[in-house]
Amino acid sequence: MDNDIKRSIILDNYQDNSNRIIPDNVSEYIKINSNNDSCIDNIDIYVKINGNLIEDIKYYGEACVIAISSTNILRNLLVGKTFDEAKNILRNYFNMIEEKEYDNHLLKEACVYSDISKQPSRKTCATLFARGISKILSQNDK
Amino acid sequence: MNREDFTILNNGKLIYFDNGATTLKPDCVRDTINDYYNIYTSNIHRGDYSSSLKVSELYDNCREEVRDYINAKYCCEIIFTSGATESLNDIVFGFFRHNLKKGDEVLITESEHASNVLPWFILQKEMGIVVKYISLNENYEVTIDNLQKAITNKTKVVSLAHVTNVIGDVRDIKNIAKICHEKDIFVVVDAAQSAAHEKIDVVDMDIDFLAFSAHKMYGPTGVGVLYGKFNLLKKMIPCRYGGGMNAIFNNDGYVELKDLPDRLEAGTPNIEGVLGLCECIKYIKKIGLEKINKYEHDLRKYLIDRLSELDFITVYNKNNNGIIVSFNINGVFSQDTAIYLDKYNICVRAGNHCAKMVKNVFNVANTVRVSLSFYNTKEEVDLLINVLKNSKNIWEEIL
Repeated sequence: MDNDIKRSIILDNYQDNSNRIIPDNVSEYIKINSNNDSCIDNIDIYVKINGNLIEDIKYYGEACVIAISSTNILRNLLVGKTFDEAKNILRNYFNMIEEKEYDNHLLKEACVYSDISKQPSRKTCATLFARGISKILSQNDK
Repeated sequence: MNREDFTILNNGKLIYFDNGATTLKPDCVRDTINDYYNIYTSNIHRGDYSSSLKVSELYDNCREEVRDYINAKYCCEIIFTSGATESLNDIVFGFFRHNLKKGDEVLITESEHASNVLPWFILQKEMGIVVKYISLNENYEVTIDNLQKAITNKTKVVSLAHVTNVIGDVRDIKNIAKICHEKDIFVVVDAAQSAAHEKIDVVDMDIDFLAFSAHKMYGPTGVGVLYGKFNLLKKMIPCRYGGGMNAIFNNDGYVELKDLPDRLEAGTPNIEGVLGLCECIKYIKKIGLEKINKYEHDLRKYLIDRLSELDFITVYNKNNNGIIVSFNINGVFSQDTAIYLDKYNICVRAGNHCAKMVKNVFNVANTVRVSLSFYNTKEEVDLLINVLKNSKNIWEEIL
């Protein structure tokens, strides 16, 4: 992917605050905090589950451009998906970050982080949301 | 000034503005540590051979060097620790755990470093002491008025940084201690951020306990100082037991401890660290703390003036008197700014700087922090300003 396009996707998602909020009906959401020991990224993730479906995700907190943009991109990918579909997307995402094989059709815009491994310190930024949501999915799998 | 004393500054284009995290090390400190390893490696106070006797003497002289630096009355009031964090933990758990009772109040502020917060929180949980906060004024400073308002008849300790690590304000410890001692309140001072920059006189300031680290004053990591007034220190219960601190022990469990300072320094100490600490103190004395202080404050004023020219920057502590400057590029997360500056070999700290309650004060959780030292220059400040001026391109640079 061209660097200008990548940058544009990252910035669009960084600046999209529509889901960077604490939900009004917060009691209907499961909350988990995700932070990075090595830096200062820190977000709360709110997930609304309906049966085996991810109905909505919101997030709130402070983090760098990579952490926030990847949170927004993955949030948009996962809303409306079943647990199995979401886990599959996340598995592919982690594979991409770790330079293993992955399905780029599944990851769509999230492919902008395909070469993040060249900046090892930013891998934790790019997986801030993915690690948090994975915990929720494994804790609430029925 | 004195940049020639630092090999690391002469090896490239490093612009090091993270002196609040740790300072660079001059060649004389490095050489002192090398000499210990290359010429006279041995343990202290245990050998009857010449290198051990030599290193024992050097080690013991370090205590005198530190005593003189903070103007303590006695050498045995100086305890070597692994750093300010360990010193503060030992003060809280070795002394106050045994000298406070349920309901007693400890006053700190919301701009303290974690090391001067968390040990008190543990005592609060363990024994029911109450941690309270002195309100900060509009410039995030402790005022005598606010201190007096916070003191109650249950206040037993006031524990404050001499200089805070986010705001950089210099507290008036002498007057604070005067007020506290009129009410029999202990005064604990975290001098981690001040020891290399501000004069500390524990007698004149009437400090009960003091803590600082070598690595923030041009010395090695892993070594620091706990100072306590003799009468208080002798009541301190050791947090660690082992070799070097006991006089006698028998199989029936009888233990007799050595006198101060040995009883509070169990195990083989960080010998090369202490020798390095001694050397960095000699180094600071040689340049002159007053000269350092003046230079750094002049440079700080220059930095504030230059930052104030940039309308897209928010500086959070313009009106303070320390040498730490916290700011953000408006709309840019501090870590992204730090990564951008790193592209130009400019080292700054981004984050909450281990003072996680400071967000209640600044109304912003994370900032970019420039913390100055005497080896920083106006030319380096100018470079920082130029790079910030070009930060419109920040996303092109870091993405």
